[in-house]
Amino acid sequence: MHEMSLMEALVDLAEEEASKAEAQRVSVLRVAVGALSHVDPHALRFCFDAVVRGSICEGAALDLIDVPGAGWCLDCGGEVALTERFGACPECGRHRVQMTRGDDFRLVELEVA
Amino acid sequence: MCTVCGCGSALEDSDRTQKRDAQAHDHAGHGHHHHHGHAHGHEHSHDHHHHNRHDHHRHGVESHGADSIHYGAGLAGVHAPGLSQERIVKIERDILSKNDAYARENRHRLAANGNFALNFVSSPGSGKTSLLVRAIGDLKPRREIVVIEGDQQTSNDAERIRASGARALQINTGKGCHLDAHMVGHAIDRLAPERNALLFIENVGNLVCPSAFDLGEAHKVVVLSVTEGEDKPLKYPDMFAAADLMLLNKADLLPHLDFNVGACIAAALTVNPDLQMLVVSARTGEGMQAFYAWIEARAARLAVAE
Repeated sequence: MHEMSLMEALVDLAEEEASKAEAQRVSVLRVAVGALSHVDPHALRFCFDAVVRGSICEGAALDLIDVPGAGWCLDCGGEVALTERFGACPECGRHRVQMTRGDDFRLVELEVA
Repeated sequence: MCTVCGCGSALEDSDRTQKRDAQAHDHAGHGHHHHHGHAHGHEHSHDHHHHNRHDHHRHGVESHGADSIHYGAGLAGVHAPGLSQERIVKIERDILSKNDAYARENRHRLAANGNFALNFVSSPGSGKTSLLVRAIGDLKPRREIVVIEGDQQTSNDAERIRASGARALQINTGKGCHLDAHMVGHAIDRLAPERNALLFIENVGNLVCPSAFDLGEAHKVVVLSVTEGEDKPLKYPDMFAAADLMLLNKADLLPHLDFNVGACIAAALTVNPDLQMLVVSARTGEGMQAFYAWIEARAARLAVAE
């Protein structure tokens, strides 16, 4: 969803951080994207070039780090792997699972010059 | 552009353009705060330090009178990169942190003024505006109500709201598929809600994008109509997970449809076990008293918590 505006928010953040670091150019944006997040990595890549054009990030590479999903199943009493945000527990098939990991959409670091 | 729903955020465009424009000024060695090629002459700084009021302005934002804000235009920015040594800057910042900071500020302002704010989200055509018109008519004798209307184009909804007797401000998002906290901050500035007034925010009709954007509201209220599929909470889980209340609207049509209310409630509870649900009809008024009681109870709880 709305990957264009998310990408714009990302580039905004990168510009702000690059300017704080007194960088002239950003060569890599490293971004953590959780498997259970609102974000579709393909759609992100799709709009990246268009969004960075004219910014300090123009020409930079987008390095997406996949963060796998996990949740705590109240019935199994343990952490289980999740592939869907509101998916059932893969062990018991019930839905009493609290997401614990994989909701990330985070700018991790920049490679700057 | 959003590759799912085919829209992009003109607001973010204009925001970045503003900053780039400011950078270009810095590079050229100008220390003053003004911009060219721009229809209205706000003075502004690009350091967003806020106190109680929003004093910042955006490029590409056209004002159409006092009752609407249009996010449509933007300027092209330029940037001339230089060269130096490569290095890594650790950041670890959430990408929506900026929106969330604006949302916190809105929440703080609203609380300080005793305003209870609800963010109404749904797909287009679920009857959000009719629901608000009904609620305003019924609640007006008890509470002051102000409304922020979000749509891509037209001020039709704000006009409908005004006709019902509440003050309303229309935000046109242009290409944008959702309201964000910064837009809403501006709208609160313009509307200046009365002390203890209710604030209804009608988001852009879209069951996907608005779920991720906190506007500073007390609660998101998701409206689903019985003319839609009962499995919608499973198809669009983010919105139902983000909401605290679901209004199942157009209940007067239930006798004519095969809609299974139980299956719909079960679907909603699958994605959000804490979701509260009310069956209502904005047309006949069925169930609306329960909704007003919910508003009063939640507003009172928030006031006590403050």
